[in-house]
Amino acid sequence: MRFYVKKIITLVLTLLLVSLLTFVAFQVIPGDGALSKLGMDATEEQVEALRESLGLNDSMVVRFTRFLGGAVKGDFGNSSQYSVSVTSLVKERLPVTIWLAGLSIVIIIVVSIPLGILCSRKQNGMVDRLITLLTQTCMAVPSFFLGILITLVFGVMLKWFIPGKYVGPSQDFGQFIHYIIFPAVAVSVPKIAMMVKFLRNSVIRELQLDYVRTAKSKGNKERRILYKHVLKNALMPVITFMGMVIADVLAGSIVIEQVFNLPGMGRLLVVAISNRDFNVVQAVVLYIAAVVIIINFIVDLLYQKVDPRVKIS
Amino acid sequence: MKKRIGILLLLSMFALTALYGCSGGNKEDGGSTNSANENNLSEDQNGESSSDMTADADEPVYGGSVIVGITQDLDSLDPHKAVAAGTNEVLYNIFEGLVKPDKDGNLVPAVASDYSISEDGMTYTFTLRDGVQFHNGNLVTADDVIYSIKRSAGMLETSDPEVKVESALSVIADITSMVTEEGKTQIQILLSEPNTELIGYLTTPIIPKDYDGQAETPVGTGPFKFVSYTPLQSIVMEKNEDYYVEGVPYLDQVTFKISANTDSAFMELMAGAIDIFPYLTEEQANQLSSTYDIEVGNMNLVQGLFLNNQAAPFDNMLVRQALCYAIDRQGILDMVAGGKGQIIGSNMFHGFSIYYNDTLEDVYAYNPEKAKELLAEAGYADGFSFTIKVPSNYQFHVDTAQVIVEQLKAVGIDAKIQLIEWASWLSDVYKARDYEATIVGLDAKLAPSDVLKRYRSTASNNFLNYENAEFDTIFAEAIGTIDQDIKIQKYKELQEILTNDAASVYIQDPALLVAVNKKLTGYTFYPVYVQDMSVVAYTGTPENHQ
Repeated sequence: MRFYVKKIITLVLTLLLVSLLTFVAFQVIPGDGALSKLGMDATEEQVEALRESLGLNDSMVVRFTRFLGGAVKGDFGNSSQYSVSVTSLVKERLPVTIWLAGLSIVIIIVVSIPLGILCSRKQNGMVDRLITLLTQTCMAVPSFFLGILITLVFGVMLKWFIPGKYVGPSQDFGQFIHYIIFPAVAVSVPKIAMMVKFLRNSVIRELQLDYVRTAKSKGNKERRILYKHVLKNALMPVITFMGMVIADVLAGSIVIEQVFNLPGMGRLLVVAISNRDFNVVQAVVLYIAAVVIIINFIVDLLYQKVDPRVKIS
Repeated sequence: MKKRIGILLLLSMFALTALYGCSGGNKEDGGSTNSANENNLSEDQNGESSSDMTADADEPVYGGSVIVGITQDLDSLDPHKAVAAGTNEVLYNIFEGLVKPDKDGNLVPAVASDYSISEDGMTYTFTLRDGVQFHNGNLVTADDVIYSIKRSAGMLETSDPEVKVESALSVIADITSMVTEEGKTQIQILLSEPNTELIGYLTTPIIPKDYDGQAETPVGTGPFKFVSYTPLQSIVMEKNEDYYVEGVPYLDQVTFKISANTDSAFMELMAGAIDIFPYLTEEQANQLSSTYDIEVGNMNLVQGLFLNNQAAPFDNMLVRQALCYAIDRQGILDMVAGGKGQIIGSNMFHGFSIYYNDTLEDVYAYNPEKAKELLAEAGYADGFSFTIKVPSNYQFHVDTAQVIVEQLKAVGIDAKIQLIEWASWLSDVYKARDYEATIVGLDAKLAPSDVLKRYRSTASNNFLNYENAEFDTIFAEAIGTIDQDIKIQKYKELQEILTNDAASVYIQDPALLVAVNKKLTGYTFYPVYVQDMSVVAYTGTPENHQ
């Protein structure tokens, strides 16, 4: 119980700190939400009037307290750019990012775990070397470049999908998945490469330990040792790593969303920053922070499940 | 050893695949270019020998839908709140003012059927067109017109701070309506001071009175009706069947699709997912020339290296003139846009036909020697260094800056480029005037005063800190005069003053390169920044692109 209370307090404190940092950052960078909205032809008085109505003229303390007061109730105010509530903007975009991340994570797990095990079993064999080389290459390719490559090959040349023709999940779910699978692949490939390498090394390390030798000498089959004993131990560090990857994928599809024209959280954030739309930026940043913290929390819980020796207190 | 051979083998396999992939692609591209060229040729021949036959194929047909690519999200659907040029070019299809611009730069009656300006320039009288309907089916009334103009002039009793007040409309003293003997409704706009150019601002959209859903489901009188809008995705509009102009629009539906940037839009063009895209770079246009028609127009901007006239050394006229001589504008056009674009000599572009002073283009013909002389005279014989702040989201301006930096090296001036975000540009350069030089494009409404008014010493948007008493006087005279000839004369003088003072380095009105689906016809350029979809039509069988 104490563990959960502690975790929740950490969550709240971290979010508070993150929002304070975002707030301060917004005071430091040049630019002004009212001016960005009204543009070049606006007169002094108009900008002033809009600043007033957006509450930008209040002192920093007043503004931050007002933001906090709203945020506690889940109300992030209105977007200065779109004049609609931030909540409704986020609500429309969150599913896109979550689906993209979910699909990517499934691809990562489904591909990387078998590959990793395969590599470690055929250690230094031809297959292992080939995969190592491939993972080395894939790790070096940034996902945005992969995204462009995928668009070019599968979109423009093979015409498996129409670049930019995104269909919302509520309009046509089949087409939505059909489109989103390509950015998901672009997100997952570098991560798969990392996971495979990580898992392979982890399994190989375990295989050299004493208990494996003991198990072997007892006459256990190699397969059985691998799946029954080694894998469980080898997965421990992989879970930590997986936690990082998931957080990264959920928060970091920003670039891929630009490449594939996906109206997700990442594009929302980029557009909001360039428009100095503070309320939106704050909400998206908090979302990213919350995701990272919660995933870490789940990783802690999983640890305990996999390894009973780990006691969380 | 064995290990190494294995890796070598693999590497060579990769290399081979890569090479094969490339050559395959090239072959295909080459093939399609050739066939496209042949097609073009045969079309041309047909056109010469038997124009009657091809006329049939080019005949616009009704129906179909198209996708137009844009790269900026709309800042508001309420036309009085929209500020970005990128929004107005889209909303042009939904909304109309009392008058609207045609392709030659004239203002033609729209919601009004007719207008007249009194001799003293104090009264504008509009006759409302009979039977103009809003998209919600209601007839446009005098009340709607009065409400709309008052709203964008900031004259309503309760004003919405988000409405962008058009400061030029502040000369309006009163608006009244009456019904003539023939039963026509007339609107009279009375001014507090003479102004014969207000007509250029009465393109302000007419919207239904007291309708508060404008920002969600906009209602106007234009050729297309609003259907749906999803932020960061698209805005969809459909044909207005009751449009008062006979014969238009041709298309049933138009989707303006928002791409994250020009690069991703370019990918979509390559895949054929966009029918019309208006902001190609020269390089992209060349790559697409086999699959799309590339239309070339003007952006209707004054692109310049704008100088802060109060920041040393640009407070010295000789230095500014030296800069003008040191910059080879044709060189910029050649480097940045493959020679496309129109060179300008002052703060006015060719779109203002009768007001444009074409004698100024050669005043500062490229002459680095002269530039050096002037610099020496100003006391900068060894040159100097300064920073050009360029908005990073406009690659075109960034490219221009790079060419300028190179050109200035030849006269010993060391210019540095500092890329800044658009929001920072607005607050630092435009508002705080904290800069030495910047490169942007200035646009204008269809009134010559609009493009020159920022040079008045008292203007709040005079971010160049330009001051010249003579300019102020002539500007006031130009606005006030009713005589068209004098007006033209005055505006030409104003441009000349700016050029002689070398208020900034005026470069060009950049070319606008538009990719248009080969099956479409009628794409038209306007002297203002709009995408008029009402005149676009399919030739042959209409297609549905959504």
